[in-house]
Amino acid sequence: MATVRLAPVLRASVGGVKQVSAKGETLADVLSDLYVNYPALKEQIQPGDTLSRFINIYVNDQDVRHLQGLETSVGPSDTVILLPAMAGGR
Amino acid sequence: MGEASRELMRQARAQVAEWTTAQASEVLARQRSDGQNDLVLVDVREKNEWDEGYIPGATHVPKGYLEQRIEEVVPDKSQKVLLYCAGGVRSMYAGLTLKQMGYENVISLAGGFGQWKNSGLPVVQPRTLSQAQLKRYSRHLLVPEVGEQGQLKLLDARVLLIGAGGLGAPAALYLAAAGVGTIGIIDLDVVEESNLQRQVIHTTGRVGEYKAESARQAIEALNPDVKVVTYLDRLDETNVAQIIADYDVIIDGTDNFPTRYLLNDASLIARKPVIHGSVFRFEGQLTVFKPYEGPCYRCLYPEPPPAELAPSCAEAGVLGVLPGVIGLLQSVEALKLILGIGEPLVGRMMMYDALAGEFSELSLYRDPNCPACGEHGHPEDLPIYADVCAMPARVAVHA
Repeated sequence: MATVRLAPVLRASVGGVKQVSAKGETLADVLSDLYVNYPALKEQIQPGDTLSRFINIYVNDQDVRHLQGLETSVGPSDTVILLPAMAGGR
Repeated sequence: MGEASRELMRQARAQVAEWTTAQASEVLARQRSDGQNDLVLVDVREKNEWDEGYIPGATHVPKGYLEQRIEEVVPDKSQKVLLYCAGGVRSMYAGLTLKQMGYENVISLAGGFGQWKNSGLPVVQPRTLSQAQLKRYSRHLLVPEVGEQGQLKLLDARVLLIGAGGLGAPAALYLAAAGVGTIGIIDLDVVEESNLQRQVIHTTGRVGEYKAESARQAIEALNPDVKVVTYLDRLDETNVAQIIADYDVIIDGTDNFPTRYLLNDASLIARKPVIHGSVFRFEGQLTVFKPYEGPCYRCLYPEPPPAELAPSCAEAGVLGVLPGVIGLLQSVEALKLILGIGEPLVGRMMMYDALAGEFSELSLYRDPNCPACGEHGHPEDLPIYADVCAMPARVAVHA
């Protein structure tokens, strides 16, 4: 079970927590598992067939585009971070 | 002069050649026009004498440090060395020392700097800090990575703050304190009470004033060395290029996506680094976008999120001190870039989780196909999503 950390705006979709676990050997599998357990999260970050372009994913602090994208392997001691763009202000 | 010093002078005259002002001036001029550097010119006077003016092209090695430093300045002992002091005496003694150290070709300038200057020959004044500046920045001067040269770099530097709000406020104060010579602030907004929970550059007494002007007052009260340029305007396609052209480093304190995209593209075209920061409740992040060295904003986020995923502070709230932390970290990055020290956060996103008390770092991806900074990038004509943002790109840019 990999650890998945979520940026603040995504936490409401997973019951308000900062971090959850997910099963899967690749990032694609981990995301599928998350979507099964947290359909609200899927609505936020992947309403269509592909991951929205305002979300970046990091495995062990590396952008997965540096690695193997959705095929990046994810092990039990790995941490996956989901990070959308932040605006802030006012 | 006692007998021993006269004896030393006799030895010096036997071993050290002497040139007149005319001879020296001719050789140096010829050397300059030929682009040669056969002759090294060394000024052996004290610092206070050097500070009042020196012969162009000279290197300063005070006689007190001659033995220790000369080999660094002139590693080749066969190279011709012309020494000068104020009147031509100390340079003879210095010349003797050099001969003793094995230098083969040592000359002293007869009459020294005094004769040179009185002959009407050119002299140069070194740039130094004023007495007041030596006091004000004394704690910087003590740091080897800064020193007088570094402080002069800061005084020459021009930093643009996009927004005098949550991020801009702490940045403005600390950059001013550091002696950044020119601080530009673009902000069309006025100070409101709710700002004072975090925008510490403003005051209760200045509620209702333009933020940029309020910031100016605080900066001027803190450090008279700083020139503040305010732009009571919003950044848009009509002014971004012309405004950022006047600055070396930009601190992004905006709160809306269109401005971020606009700034990104303009900074790529003008090759200006942008220090990005953002905050949400208890978490913040920052990175340095250095054009064509690391990723740009569009490499990270080719498109903005929908409004519901990018709430503003007014909607979500923020712990006031958080933008303080991130704004200050942005200032640190600005100082590193100006001084050319340390490892700026290029290609790295520093993350701060205040509740966990944790700093962490993400390795960012520079996209070779980025529409802005990629191989076939075209930053001049990309969309800035003015219609699709969290905060409408209204009159103000602020954080």
